[in-house]
Amino acid sequence: MAIEDSNNTPEDNCNSRRDFLKKSGLITALAFTPPSLVAATDQKWEQRLAEYFETIPLSIEVNGKKHNLQVEPRTTLLDLLRENLQLTGTKKGCDHGQCGACTVHVDGSRVLSCLTLAAMQQNAHVTTIEGLSTGNKLHPMQEAFIKHDGFQCGYCTPGQIMSGVACIREGHANSREEISEYMSGNICRCGAYNNIVDAITEVEEGGKLS
Amino acid sequence: MKNFQLVRASTTASAVATIAKDPTARFIAGGTNLIDLMKKRVAEPDKLIDITGLDLKKIEQLDGKIRIGALAKNSHVAEDKLIIKKHPLLALALAAGASQQIRNMATVGGNMLQRTRCPYFYNTDMPCNKRQPGSGCGAREGFNRMHAIFGASDKCIAVHPSDMCIALAALDAVVHVEGPKGSRQIPFAGFHRLPGDMPEKDNTLEYNELITAIEIPDNDFNDNVHYLKVRDRSSYAFALVSVAAALDIKGGKVIDARLALGGVAHKPWRLLEAENDLKGKPATNENFKQAAQLAMQGAKGYGQNNFKLTLTPNSIVEALAIAASK
Repeated sequence: MAIEDSNNTPEDNCNSRRDFLKKSGLITALAFTPPSLVAATDQKWEQRLAEYFETIPLSIEVNGKKHNLQVEPRTTLLDLLRENLQLTGTKKGCDHGQCGACTVHVDGSRVLSCLTLAAMQQNAHVTTIEGLSTGNKLHPMQEAFIKHDGFQCGYCTPGQIMSGVACIREGHANSREEISEYMSGNICRCGAYNNIVDAITEVEEGGKLS
Repeated sequence: MKNFQLVRASTTASAVATIAKDPTARFIAGGTNLIDLMKKRVAEPDKLIDITGLDLKKIEQLDGKIRIGALAKNSHVAEDKLIIKKHPLLALALAAGASQQIRNMATVGGNMLQRTRCPYFYNTDMPCNKRQPGSGCGAREGFNRMHAIFGASDKCIAVHPSDMCIALAALDAVVHVEGPKGSRQIPFAGFHRLPGDMPEKDNTLEYNELITAIEIPDNDFNDNVHYLKVRDRSSYAFALVSVAAALDIKGGKVIDARLALGGVAHKPWRLLEAENDLKGKPATNENFKQAAQLAMQGAKGYGQNNFKLTLTPNSIVEALAIAASK
């Protein structure tokens, strides 16, 4: 699905880009050629070629670390994180945007990584659950989830925590009702909702989030 | 998901030119519906045109109207100070839709183009005239609890899923689109369509046209507005019935009224007759009930969704009463 450049040296990045350009130059040229000139070209051939070969160079920063990758257009951000960057803290629940387990922050905004194409996140800054703690020191939201028992099986927890942090930063944690409404995109089938709201309320009231 | 080619458009003109050459290509912005449909193989485009780099995100006050760029995110519009002040009904409807994560991704243009959530449309093992014209409608005599009570056809009884669009219909928004022949404007009432014999076509947009903005004319519906959404759980679910209600009340009398329903038809269901009936009358529950009765003319249940025949008028009265009491 995606290949990370073996070394992240600038030269290698140039090489991979050059290789890509060699491969896709023809495709791109065809795609943007005026219709009269394309008429003689078999469009289907162009597309089959594109589908077979095309990977797209992607420069993306995840938890402060820059990665230069080659990704297939169909790779979701969730699969990129889990399968290629081995960041398996972000969970695949439904994979259809219904459960919130895959919630991450992209450029500071919480989104569903299962419905996000990685190739469209050029130069984006992504934060996952692995990026919240500082060394061995847990993030205040992580500590609050432990203190308030904000989980049972734990599968939805990374998404809940990422969503909870964003909920406070957005200014949507001013009452229990508001927290419930703005956390509704994160489903917990164990039913730890009350404890999750307790945890978010404590972090909000403690003013521990910058 | 089937693999596809991804190209990035740098201008509206190049986006339109690219799709004009390849009718099977699709634009992608937020992707919250399209990627889901592609994973289910309901949509299988060979090429996606990434339009997120286009300069279509602004929300601005123009002379006598507010213009919202097609790429403005749903959460940005819902929380925009100008929108909250001038069109609180739109802000309420947006906040009632999806979850904050999805609102952070979804754009105004994409929201308008989202497909129905009818389970037969999503399940490729089932017949569905919208997904595969001529294959039949599984819902008419099947699981149709969520389905239409207004304007359905023999071919399709699916409902339009957006909340935002219900408010936009009530507010007389105008859709701006760009195509190979230039730009044109589509009044909101003429944007989405009823299923008729062509349920595969949700709206009147041509394949090679791109939504660039919506414009909402200024109005006097600043205070007495409400968006009531009745659903199976209190948040993050599609509407069984939703009501966008806006009243201009002066001295206890309704000067002007707007009413539109969601969750009951293939398009946002505007209630012009009920609106006209309310005008000039005192804002009382009796008058709201009469308007709701008028609104229900022509409603038809299909079995499991018969409860909507009662829920809908009750919701209209409730929404109007809450709007009037604000």
